[in-house]
Amino acid sequence: MSAAAPRVGVVTFPGSLDDRDAIRAIELMGGVGVPLWHGDRDLQGVDAVVLPGGFSYGDYLRCGAIARFAPVMDEVRAFVNRGGPVLGICNGFQILCESGLLPGALIRNASLRFVCRWVHVRVESSQTPVTAELVPGEVLEVPVKHGEGRFVLDASGLGRLEDEGRVVFRYCSRRGEVADEWNPNGAARGIAGVRNEAGNVVGLMPHPEHAVDPDLGPTGGQPLLASLLAQALSRV
Amino acid sequence: MRYSFEVLVTLKPELSDPQGKAVEGSLPALGWTNVSGVRVGKHVRLDVDADDPAAAREQVERMAGGLLANPVIEEFRVLEVEGA
Repeated sequence: MSAAAPRVGVVTFPGSLDDRDAIRAIELMGGVGVPLWHGDRDLQGVDAVVLPGGFSYGDYLRCGAIARFAPVMDEVRAFVNRGGPVLGICNGFQILCESGLLPGALIRNASLRFVCRWVHVRVESSQTPVTAELVPGEVLEVPVKHGEGRFVLDASGLGRLEDEGRVVFRYCSRRGEVADEWNPNGAARGIAGVRNEAGNVVGLMPHPEHAVDPDLGPTGGQPLLASLLAQALSRV
Repeated sequence: MRYSFEVLVTLKPELSDPQGKAVEGSLPALGWTNVSGVRVGKHVRLDVDADDPAAAREQVERMAGGLLANPVIEEFRVLEVEGA
């Protein structure tokens, strides 16, 4: 590992599941994974932060509702305000929405069923630090596994997101067509991932960290994690 | 004084409620075919120590808006109830 490898912190909350997979994915992609603890007011000087998937605090009350009060989240918020890149995956996306760091909310899948399968997402926007290596229109194959992934926001909020190019990923067919039949959870306008206004915070329901190793399957998670690492590297 | 409240949290009416739909779709199996508009929500019961009922209620309203309900997707109602 070169001295210039970016250090990416991955927060473990009580009930996080994908923290170790996220660290493994970051290291496969050439970064250094740094385990962070929900109870610490310390990001250990990392260059980027990942909030991983799982069921933080048992998803009590609402997914992400309790995790938002974890001491480490004060540090994550300060890091975001300094322009630090943050990626929220699945439960991490829910935590970012509950924290107000991303717009909208994620509610029970329209089917009422937990979905666990490979899906395709189309890149809608790449004009942000955390998505710079993505190509608009590109179709990525990544897995989803969630019971509460239906992205919702009121009509004016959705209009603003679209106008400002803040929809990052939409569920689609393998050829990139967006339609209800490719939408695994009933998300508004097929939205799978969004970003904040400044572009340094991105959240998505699919799991890029489970799609990086060619020995294990599709590698649709690589471009997003490569973007995060590139952005982190620019801060080293 | 100790005051007791119930907070009822429901999805905003403009959001579809698949849980309510599923319940509604099951009721005819019991012979109830005249039911519509089923919505499923959450119920939170709590006690607050405060100087007077108005202060207690105001606190509960703030807690409901700040944590018990997510204003992006939910509405809430605060009801004062008999203590336990």
